[in-house]
Amino acid sequence: MKSIKIKADNLNVYYGEKQALFEVSMYMEEKQVTALIGPSGCGKSTFIRCLNRMNDVIDICKVQGKIEIDGNDIYAPDMHVEQLRERVGMVFQKPNPFPKSIFENVAYGPRIHGIAEHKSDLEEIVVTSLKKAALFDEVKDRLSDSGTSLSGGQQQRLCIARAISVNPDIILMDEPCSALDPIATARIEELMGDLKTEYTIIIVTHSMQQAARVSSRTGFFHLGKLVEVDKTEAIFSNPSDQRTQDYITGRFG
Amino acid sequence: MTDRIEQRINSLNKRLNSEKRFRIYCIGAMSFALAWVLILFLNIFSSGYSAFYRTVIQVDVPFLNLIEDTTQFSEMSSEDINNLSMYSFSKKAIYRLFPDIEEKKDKKMLIRLFSIEFEQEIREFLKSNKSNINEAETIYLTASDDVDQVNKGNYPRDLDEDKRRIKDIQLLFFDDLVDRGLVSYEFNLPFLMRGDSREPELAGVGGSIVGSLFTILVVLILSFPIGIFAAIYLEEFAPKNKVTDFIEININNLAAVPSIVFGLLGLGIILNTFGLPRSTPLVGGIVLSLMTLPTIIIATRASLRAVPPSIREGALAVGATKMQAVMHHVVPVAMPGALTGTIIGLAQALGETAPLLLIGMVAFVVDVPQTPLDASASLPVQVYLWSESAERGYVEKTSATIMMLLGFLILMNLAAVLIRRKFETKW
Repeated sequence: MKSIKIKADNLNVYYGEKQALFEVSMYMEEKQVTALIGPSGCGKSTFIRCLNRMNDVIDICKVQGKIEIDGNDIYAPDMHVEQLRERVGMVFQKPNPFPKSIFENVAYGPRIHGIAEHKSDLEEIVVTSLKKAALFDEVKDRLSDSGTSLSGGQQQRLCIARAISVNPDIILMDEPCSALDPIATARIEELMGDLKTEYTIIIVTHSMQQAARVSSRTGFFHLGKLVEVDKTEAIFSNPSDQRTQDYITGRFG
Repeated sequence: MTDRIEQRINSLNKRLNSEKRFRIYCIGAMSFALAWVLILFLNIFSSGYSAFYRTVIQVDVPFLNLIEDTTQFSEMSSEDINNLSMYSFSKKAIYRLFPDIEEKKDKKMLIRLFSIEFEQEIREFLKSNKSNINEAETIYLTASDDVDQVNKGNYPRDLDEDKRRIKDIQLLFFDDLVDRGLVSYEFNLPFLMRGDSREPELAGVGGSIVGSLFTILVVLILSFPIGIFAAIYLEEFAPKNKVTDFIEININNLAAVPSIVFGLLGLGIILNTFGLPRSTPLVGGIVLSLMTLPTIIIATRASLRAVPPSIREGALAVGATKMQAVMHHVVPVAMPGALTGTIIGLAQALGETAPLLLIGMVAFVVDVPQTPLDASASLPVQVYLWSESAERGYVEKTSATIMMLLGFLILMNLAAVLIRRKFETKW
């Protein structure tokens, strides 16, 4: 068994009066891909956004319970959210490169964290990150072009490069392929396979096939509750809950 | 079946006709608005363009009569020249145009063909050419406003003499000078350089241009940073609660406050309580800043709001602080919009008159201001001042000032469009 990287314990999340997550407890293994599936509005995005505290920006959002990364409570008062996000990168549903050059997109993170001392270090980080995101060959001649001039799939890989530029342990992916065509999706999935040797990846997805292809463990969310979490093969071949069974066989969702 | 098709075609024709009618209404509305703008421009231009040239009369000035040897001028300082008594010498130079005139009354009439500063003009000529003055020099002296207007054809010569400011004998002199080729036009540089004057032919718009520029500069320095920071705080950092709602409503209210109220505020607080100097661009700028701020804040907030939230999330997700996300990513994208709003606000301030009347920028100021702390007029107030004057010279100068004002406004709006085009983020 792999060592546990992230552990959520009894997590309740409220948006104002409305409760979005109910007593979610699960763990995620290091250097594995964990997929979160479920119908729209089931709370899987809310859950993933708790892991790097992106929900903090929503005034009315309130988080109860505990999330530990490497045994440290990320909601502890002495935890700086900027430091947390340096360790827990995120890729969003819609590609959101900065309207700056490709180079600047990747260099931004290292620069604000003071990771690169010299310009040459920064260039090396940018090149390495772009290579890891399997984008370097396509853009190496036009690093000064705007990041927004790339195609959708390239933009999303640029966002992945941006996320890994600060050398995180964990990468959160919130439906990273939902705005992409099948070919671009296949490239991102392939990339995830490479990245999991170095990073712990959590992916929220609408596509059950995608979850089955890329993940080792899968959690099924429904109406704000974590219905079931298990090895991916087990979830898709022999789910223990009737609702999971119904969802993966396409009876709802 | 064919019935049905026919019915459809009828209905389609109806719809297409109504679309045609709608287009005609729209084009009509646009043409109407455009026609008024054209009429306005034509009207102002046709009555104002003549202010950009002026009538001068060529006079031979025998400097040898003033001094034994004209090379001595080169050794004199400007102050020495100022101390020379030149009034009767200058008058005599003018009398030489018509050596036959004997009567004092006629001589007076002749002198009145010229601007009252003729002595000063000869002195200035002497000062700037003192090193090579010949025995006699040809100097172009400014004609009086009446002559200027007669020459430009703006003056009804066929009125009865007692209804005219310019007398028959003066017209005789003038026509004779024209025949002798001594009357000419030149570009009216003094109009652009000088301050206001009681003499229409000497009044210039330079003082109010500089006053307006100083005022706008003060507005820019005050309202741009304050407006941008206020907008950033309200849009990006302020919690959404009753207090910020209240502030938001009041900023919108502030934008709708009649400008004269800001003038009263300036009079009561900035002049009387704080004791800042009256009639100055500094005070005018402060008052107009109050008026411009809401415009800038509203425009900046709108352009901040238009920045996709995903950009903020992208920055936050790599560990940027809130401030870094805003300053590095959101503000640069919003900047063209904020600048456009600022320029439009400044253009409004440039044309604003009422508040300036209350803080005393309506004063008669002859000197061109050197600093924002000097008393000064401004372009719109100059229009207001001159539009009340009876002399014909001021009529064309009023229109010419409006032309200058419109010119500045068009330039600023053009700048706003260009900035938006050039720096707008392409997604």
